[in-house]
Amino acid sequence: MKVLMFGWEFPPHISGGLGTASYGLTKALLKCGVDLIFVVPKAYGDEKPGSIRLVNASDISIDIQDEVFKEYLDKMSYLEVDSQLVPYATEEEYFRIIENTQKGFTAEKGSIHSSKFEFSGGYGKNLLEEVKRYAMVAVSIAREHDFDLIHSHDWLTYMAGKEAKRITGKPLVVHMHATEFDRSGESVNKQVYNIERAGMEAADKVIAVSHMTRSIVINRYGIHPDKVVTVHNGVEPPQTEKDLEIKRHLDEKIVTFLGRITFQKGPEYFIEAAYKVLQRDDNVRFVMAGSGDMLNKMIRRVAKLGISNKFHFTGFLKGDDVDKMFAISDVYVMPSVSEPFGISPLEAMRSNVPVIISKQSGVAEVLKHAIKVDFWDIDAMADAIYGLLHYNALPETFKKYGKEEVDNIKWDQAGEKVKEIYQEFLRQS
Amino acid sequence: MKSICFYFQIHQPFRLRNYRFFDIGHKHDYFDEYANRFIMQQLAEKSYLPANEILLGLIKKFGNKFRVSFSISGVALEQMEKFTPEVIDSFKQLASTGNVEFLAETYGHSLASLKSKQEFFRQVKLHETKIKMLFGVKPKAFRNTELIYNDDIGNHIFELGYNTVITEGPKHILGWKSPNLLYCSASNPKVKLLMKNFQLSDDIAFRFSVRNWSEWPLTAEKFTGWLNALDSKTEVVNLFMDYETFGENHKKETGIFDFLKLLPQVVFDKSRFVFKTPSDVAALLQPASPLHIPYPISWADEERDITAWLGNEMQNEAFNKLYDLEEKVNTCEDKGMLSDWEKLQVSDHFYYMSTKWFSDGTVTKNFNPYNSPYDAFINYMNVLADFEIRVKKNCEGKTKVTAAKTSGRKKVSKKVAEKPGKTAKKPVARKKDGDSAKK
Repeated sequence: MKVLMFGWEFPPHISGGLGTASYGLTKALLKCGVDLIFVVPKAYGDEKPGSIRLVNASDISIDIQDEVFKEYLDKMSYLEVDSQLVPYATEEEYFRIIENTQKGFTAEKGSIHSSKFEFSGGYGKNLLEEVKRYAMVAVSIAREHDFDLIHSHDWLTYMAGKEAKRITGKPLVVHMHATEFDRSGESVNKQVYNIERAGMEAADKVIAVSHMTRSIVINRYGIHPDKVVTVHNGVEPPQTEKDLEIKRHLDEKIVTFLGRITFQKGPEYFIEAAYKVLQRDDNVRFVMAGSGDMLNKMIRRVAKLGISNKFHFTGFLKGDDVDKMFAISDVYVMPSVSEPFGISPLEAMRSNVPVIISKQSGVAEVLKHAIKVDFWDIDAMADAIYGLLHYNALPETFKKYGKEEVDNIKWDQAGEKVKEIYQEFLRQS
Repeated sequence: MKSICFYFQIHQPFRLRNYRFFDIGHKHDYFDEYANRFIMQQLAEKSYLPANEILLGLIKKFGNKFRVSFSISGVALEQMEKFTPEVIDSFKQLASTGNVEFLAETYGHSLASLKSKQEFFRQVKLHETKIKMLFGVKPKAFRNTELIYNDDIGNHIFELGYNTVITEGPKHILGWKSPNLLYCSASNPKVKLLMKNFQLSDDIAFRFSVRNWSEWPLTAEKFTGWLNALDSKTEVVNLFMDYETFGENHKKETGIFDFLKLLPQVVFDKSRFVFKTPSDVAALLQPASPLHIPYPISWADEERDITAWLGNEMQNEAFNKLYDLEEKVNTCEDKGMLSDWEKLQVSDHFYYMSTKWFSDGTVTKNFNPYNSPYDAFINYMNVLADFEIRVKKNCEGKTKVTAAKTSGRKKVSKKVAEKPGKTAKKPVARKKDGDSAKK
C-alpha cells in the first residue's frame, strides 16, 4: 500500500502542533507497513518557484537519531516542493517571506516556523495564489508517481490533494487538524472556508482530530457524518537519553502557558486568572511562553493589571528551553478558545506537570486526569490553579495517574486507525 | 553685554544585558558589560576627547570670556572611570581652568524627582560627592534629569541648597515671553530659572548636519548673525544640548568641530555676546518675572513633557514596581545592591519602553539595545524580579526584627516596618557618601 501524502516538515524545524502531528503520524504509518511519498513545501529562495526536488531519503531533515525512520527509509520517498507555504502563514507573514527572498535573503527556517506567527486572519490574494500554484505542482507529482491513495493535511494542501485526485482518480483522504473556525472564531475568512469545504467535499474520507472537530466539520461545513471519522492524535514518547539537568532557582511555584499567543489559544483568560490568583497568593509566578500577534496586547494588559513583577514573558522557546520550562512548572494551563486537539498538555503531563485544559479542546475528550474548565470561566481557572498549588494531594494524584495515562496515548494507535481507513478503500477498489 | 550660556549634557546608562526568565533567582549580573564598554570607548574617541580638546584650546585662548558648563551623570562618570579614564583626566584639566562649571543632577540620571523626594535627595547628594571628589568643586547650579522641572521640584531643589536651575523653555509655559531672559519660580522667587532656547539649541544639536534643512550649511557667521538679530531686550541665550552633538550625532566630517572651534572668535568679533555659565548668569541678571509651572516639563519631543518616560502602562508599571522596593532597599547596607538600585533607576530604561515613536528613528540615538518597547519592558521586569528577590533576602534581617515585635500578620508588620526603614535611611546614605569621599 502506497500513499501520496501532502504534509509538513518534520522536527526539529517545526514548532507547531501540525508539524509534530505530521511527524508522529508518518512514523506510525511506516511502522505498520504503509509506504509513503511524502511531499512538503520548503523554501530555498535560490530556485525558480515550482521546482520539485526528490530528496534522498537519508537527507531528510528529520532527526537522524530516530531509529524508526532509519528502519523504514526505503519505504518512503520524500519530495520537497519549492514553496513558501508554512503551516501558520497569513498574508502578512507570506508577504514578508517573499519580500525577503527577493531581497536576496533566504528566509531562515527557524524563523518561519517559530518566533513569528502573525495571525491576523486576513489571508490574502498572494497566499491563495501560492496555494493554487502548489496544487499545480501536485498534479505533476501525481502524474509521475505510482500510489494507491492520497492524504492531505490541512487546508493549504487540500487543493493539491483535490487536483491529484482529479488527475489520477485515486481516493482522497483529508485530515482536519484545525478549522477556520478554530483559528478565527466567528470572523472566518470566506476563501479559506471555501477551500476547506471544497477539499472535504471532494474527499472520500475526512479525518478529524477530535469529536469536537468532527462536529464542526459536520455542522458548519455540511459534510455527511458517514464520511467523517475521528482519529485522536498521540504524543511522542519522552526522550529518554537526554536527561536535562535542571535546577529551580525560584522559591515560588510556577504556572505556565506555552503556545502561540493568538486568539485561538485564549491567552487573555490566563492573564485574568493569574490576576485573581495573585490577589490571594503572593508565592507564585506566572509565565507566558511563546510568541504571536496578541503578545504586545497581553504585555500591556499585564502592565495595566500591575502584576508584571509576578508575570513573565519569555518570548518564543525552542527545543531544550521547552523541556526546561516544563521541568520548572508546577501547573500547566491551556485555556484555548478552540483547540481541535492540543498536544502540549500531553507534553506537560509527560514531564509530570499537572494540567488545566479548556473544555473547548479536543484533548479534553481523551484525558481523564486533567482539570477541565470552560475557557471563559476565569474564576474556575483561578480556583483550579490555586487548588493545584495549595492542596498537595491534588497535584500528586494528577502526576501519578496522568503520567500513566499520557504514556498510553500513542501515535501507534492513531496509525493503526488511519491504516484501517486506507484499507477500506483498497478493499472497495 | 549679553550672555551665551552653553550647557552640555553627558549621560550614558548601564544598559541591561539580555536577561532571561530562566536567569531570575540565581544570576545577578544585569548589565551588558561589552556593549557599555564599547559605546563608552566609541564616544570617548569620537566625541568627548576631541571636543574637550577644542574647549580647552578655546579657554586658553580667550580666558574667562569663554566659559561653559557640563552636567555629567554619576553613572556616566562611573563608566568613564571604568572604561575610559582618559576622559576623566581630560575633564579634570577643564575643571582646573576655573572656566568650566559642573552642574548637580541625580547620580543615576533618575526620575526620582517625580516619585520620591527622599531618593531624589539621596541621589543628588551622591552626585555632589562624586563631582567634588573628581573635580574638586561643589556644584552651585542644578539640572534635573532630561531638564524635568515643575514648581514642586523647584522647591525640593531649593531645599537641597540650590537657587539656580536650568530647564526647557517650552512654548506652552512661556507663551509670549522670551526664553532669553532670566526667570524665577512663582512658588519660590529665590529659585532662578534659565530656560533653554530650543530654536537655537536645536539648530546646532539636531539640524546642523541635515542637508535638506533650508539653512544648511550652518556657519559660525550665520549663527552669530541670528544671535544679533534677536530682540534687543535679550540678556542670555541658553544653548543646552547633549555633548554627543559633537562628533557622534553630527560626525566629524560634517564640520561640527570646526563650528565649535570658530564660533567664539566670530561671536567676539561680530557681536556683543560673551560666554557665561548658569551660575554666572544667575548672579549677573535680575529675574524678569516669575513663572508658574504646575506640571512637569522636559526637553523631550514636541510635547516637552514626561510622556517619553512615563507615558504608557508598561512604563508606569515598571516605574511603580521599581519604587515599591525603595523602602526595603534603603534598609540594605550591601553596596552592590545600592549600586544596582541606582542603575535600575536610570531614565533610559523607561525611555526604551516608550511606544511614542514606533515609526521614527529617534530612539536609536540613545543606543537603544531593544527591537521594541515590549522587549525592553520584558527584559527590565525580568531583571527587576531578580532584584526584588535579592532585596527581600538581603533586607530580611531588619524587617524580621520589626515583624517579630508585632503580630505575624503581613499587613500590620508592613506598616510598622516603614518607620524603622525611614530612620535607617539617612545614616545609610551618609555612610555611602562618606565612603566614596574617602576614595
